[in-house]
Amino acid sequence: MISGLKGMLVTLRWLGKRNITANYPKEHLPVQERFMGFPGLLWDETADEPFCTGCMVCVRECPTQCMTAIMHDNPNAVEGKSHRRKIIETFEINLNRCILCGICVDVCNFDAIAMSHEHELASFARTGARADLGLLLDLGRKFQAEVVWAPKSADRNVASVVLTKRAAAEAAKVAAADAAPQADAATLEASAKEEPSEERGS
Amino acid sequence: MSTGPQFDSVDMMLNMGPQHPATHGVFRMVLTVDGERVVDVTPHIGYLHRGTERLAEVESYGQVITLFDRVDYISNLNNELAFVRAGEKIMEVDAPERAQYIRVILAELNRVASHLLFIGTYAIDLGAMTPVMYCFRERERIENLFEHVTGARMMHNYMRIGGVKSDVPDDFVPWVHRLIGDVRKGVEETDKLLSTNEVFLGRTRGVGIIDGPMAVSCGLSGPSLRGSGIAYDVRKDDPYEIYPYLNYKVPVGENGDCWDRYYLRVLECYESLSMIEQCLNQLPDGPIMAAGRRIARPPAGEVFSHSENPRGDLGVYLISDGSDKPYRVKIRPPSFCNLIGLRPMTIGSYIADAVAILGSLDIVLGEVDR
Repeated sequence: MISGLKGMLVTLRWLGKRNITANYPKEHLPVQERFMGFPGLLWDETADEPFCTGCMVCVRECPTQCMTAIMHDNPNAVEGKSHRRKIIETFEINLNRCILCGICVDVCNFDAIAMSHEHELASFARTGARADLGLLLDLGRKFQAEVVWAPKSADRNVASVVLTKRAAAEAAKVAAADAAPQADAATLEASAKEEPSEERGS
Repeated sequence: MSTGPQFDSVDMMLNMGPQHPATHGVFRMVLTVDGERVVDVTPHIGYLHRGTERLAEVESYGQVITLFDRVDYISNLNNELAFVRAGEKIMEVDAPERAQYIRVILAELNRVASHLLFIGTYAIDLGAMTPVMYCFRERERIENLFEHVTGARMMHNYMRIGGVKSDVPDDFVPWVHRLIGDVRKGVEETDKLLSTNEVFLGRTRGVGIIDGPMAVSCGLSGPSLRGSGIAYDVRKDDPYEIYPYLNYKVPVGENGDCWDRYYLRVLECYESLSMIEQCLNQLPDGPIMAAGRRIARPPAGEVFSHSENPRGDLGVYLISDGSDKPYRVKIRPPSFCNLIGLRPMTIGSYIADAVAILGSLDIVLGEVDR
């Protein structure tokens, strides 16, 4: 009896207090900054193209095999606007299979994929769970606008940074060649041999 | 004795489950009853079998962590910890101290969250509707912290073999200090509300008694074993991570009844909260990931490692054949082993108490069936 009253006292103390629940479809609680929603593909503003090159590493590492990706030659690279020789052509994620584990983000070498904050993608269409490249890029763009997103390794992946670096290296090489015009034929030959391998490395 | 006409009495079979709210999942008990008394009980499991152990053989070590999140879906981080410790043992790497502290803080928080869920749902099983609201409110705070740290509320995929995925946010320590204060208040409130309530005591005191030797021979572990007075806790008896540096007690029950098993978990909440406080005060700086190759490819061999889950002693037996996938992952699930105690506890009790007894074991069907 006494313990029952004690319990009643505990509940009474909360009687006039503010609600701590949210009326879900009408109110949405904010998500935390690190929240992992569905993955989205990020957009490289400097070259006006996605970061993703379609290297398939996320496709292979996905525990549920929910992704497919196809790459093609990057037209922007031919014009010299981008350093990416290959670029994503189609990318599809089956959102029904995706378990939001974030492994694809961990393994990506190109800063191309991120777990967006989007978690409500229910639709009436039977094919609603198939996220194609357009939707994924939208998710990514929305995510980039929402949070202050910065690439993990900008010096390797952001087109403008890489192109400037390359141009600087090229200029330095030219300057070095100008500074030593009297170099003998043997060293010239050696540097000529090295050049293509450097090109591949960068 | 009786003067009326004599009837032949025959035992009746009573099916309970698989869709029964008190089974917390899909679990079926076939009770043989003589009037109101339970004569025999046969548990039927397997409704939630997902083939975790088989799946673990075709996925790489990094991917298996996502499976362990889902083995016991109430205490995800404790499960992750159990697997990454097995992985570290076979790879012969040690997580840096900071990573170990972070892991223990999160695992203990998850233990509190799991026990809160138990307290709330156990009260509901026994007809008390209010405590579950208080418990879920506090659990929600903990889940919010998890979301802040790991990015997910339940399926974290946060721990890695050799450390953790990413360092904790800058406001982690003040946040957890605040959280501990709130949760402790919440647990105290629930304690006041439920633990000494006459109706609750009437439903749990002296119900489902199992004595110490019987509990040991049934292979019980965790609070279900400690309720019977056996102070076996993997954190104390086979210390791992940074538990030896922490100062804590292992609460032990006396009678081995449902109330003891329930109240132990309340006490464990307080102990865990004080452990987290100690961890926060000792939290060192430093790396969060051991140096090493990114893709885990351990040498051939086999290891066994176990750790204290909220439900008991969770063991992982890992065999590697030298490839990037485990050759075999055997899980020793505490829920499954605790379920063996159901029969000796239930026989002789009333039908209505079967729910109280099953609830007090705190089984998670995802772990029972794997």
